[in-house]
Amino acid sequence: MGVLRHVKNGILSENPIFRLVIGMCPTLAVTTSAINGLGMGLSTMAVLVGSNVVLSAMRKIIPNKIRIPIFVVVIASFVTIVSMLLEAFVPSLFEALGIYIPLIVVNCIIIQRAEAFANQNTVLNSFADGVGMGLGFTLALTILGIVREILGAGSVFGLQLLGASYEPAMIFIQPPGAFLTLGILMGLVNLIEYKRKEKRAQAGEK
Amino acid sequence: MNLILIVVGAVLINNFVLVKFLGICPFLGVSKKVETAIGMGAAVIFVMTLASAITYVVQYAILEKFDIAYLQTIAFILVIAALVQFVELVIKKISPSLYQALGVYLPLITTNCAVLGAAILNIQNEYNFIESIVFGAAAAVGFTLAIVLFAAIRERMEYSPIPKALQGFPIALITASLMSIAFMGFSGMI
Repeated sequence: MGVLRHVKNGILSENPIFRLVIGMCPTLAVTTSAINGLGMGLSTMAVLVGSNVVLSAMRKIIPNKIRIPIFVVVIASFVTIVSMLLEAFVPSLFEALGIYIPLIVVNCIIIQRAEAFANQNTVLNSFADGVGMGLGFTLALTILGIVREILGAGSVFGLQLLGASYEPAMIFIQPPGAFLTLGILMGLVNLIEYKRKEKRAQAGEK
Repeated sequence: MNLILIVVGAVLINNFVLVKFLGICPFLGVSKKVETAIGMGAAVIFVMTLASAITYVVQYAILEKFDIAYLQTIAFILVIAALVQFVELVIKKISPSLYQALGVYLPLITTNCAVLGAAILNIQNEYNFIESIVFGAAAAVGFTLAIVLFAAIRERMEYSPIPKALQGFPIALITASLMSIAFMGFSGMI
């Protein structure tokens, strides 16, 4: 039961993008299409789960003073593995994500989870936390990718959706569109949150 | 001439923050006041210039020589982490006042993807030693330019009536979007 709660936390109440606002660089950079967002999310999730499991297993033998360099080495090793796998099996995605694959190393989500969670929890819980955070991240990136792809290219996952008469708004797959889409999505998430709180408060009064 | 093109390209046209999305975390995190933004910018210029030089040497004198280029990511991030720690110690010793000013921002730079990004881009673009240093410094200047401008706008926004749901990060992102559109105007320069 407790394990499932950690998974759910990462997706909803502690969603890394919409709630914690960490790991923004890849979020904004690679979400020009739904497939890129999904690919980046899953790659990051693989690294996050791996590093969470290894670091929580080693948490008792890692000296506190040099823990950050150790975290970084473990994370960088997993990033190298993921990067090689991508290059071997999905070269097109590897090309599209480019420099942002090695940059998973400095994704704040991974080091933040290592520091705040894996360093103090059991392997099983850390695994669940990695899966939950990873899914939350993947979800946010995919949604962002879908919105930008629909508006900017009129398609979803490469499938033409809106027909030839739709004039794509190029700006959405260019850099300004990334900031704009994420800002508005985040505002919407906040708005839903406020409405829910209001409803709950009203229900409480009655 | 080539160097001038690199500088203009890195500062304005391919601005690290607004076009390449490198260094977004500090860009959003430490941009509430112009003063702190300048501090962060100065620390980044310092570290990024040094990191560009050192990672260049590591790449060509160690990784390529011993045919272990696949260790690039691990080697670079360790070099940067060590460098940041080292810079912190040196500044503390030499100039306590500068240390006071930069203090909090220095450790944060390790996880600033702009530094690692610049190091990797230097290798990808096959810049020589001088070009690498110039590119690192120029990209950091671009970062500073963006974060200082952004902080100035955010200071003004403190007093603006913003819808409740957009307060904080959402409005900051929308502002960054408008800045990014402005910077797109430079793209015709080269």
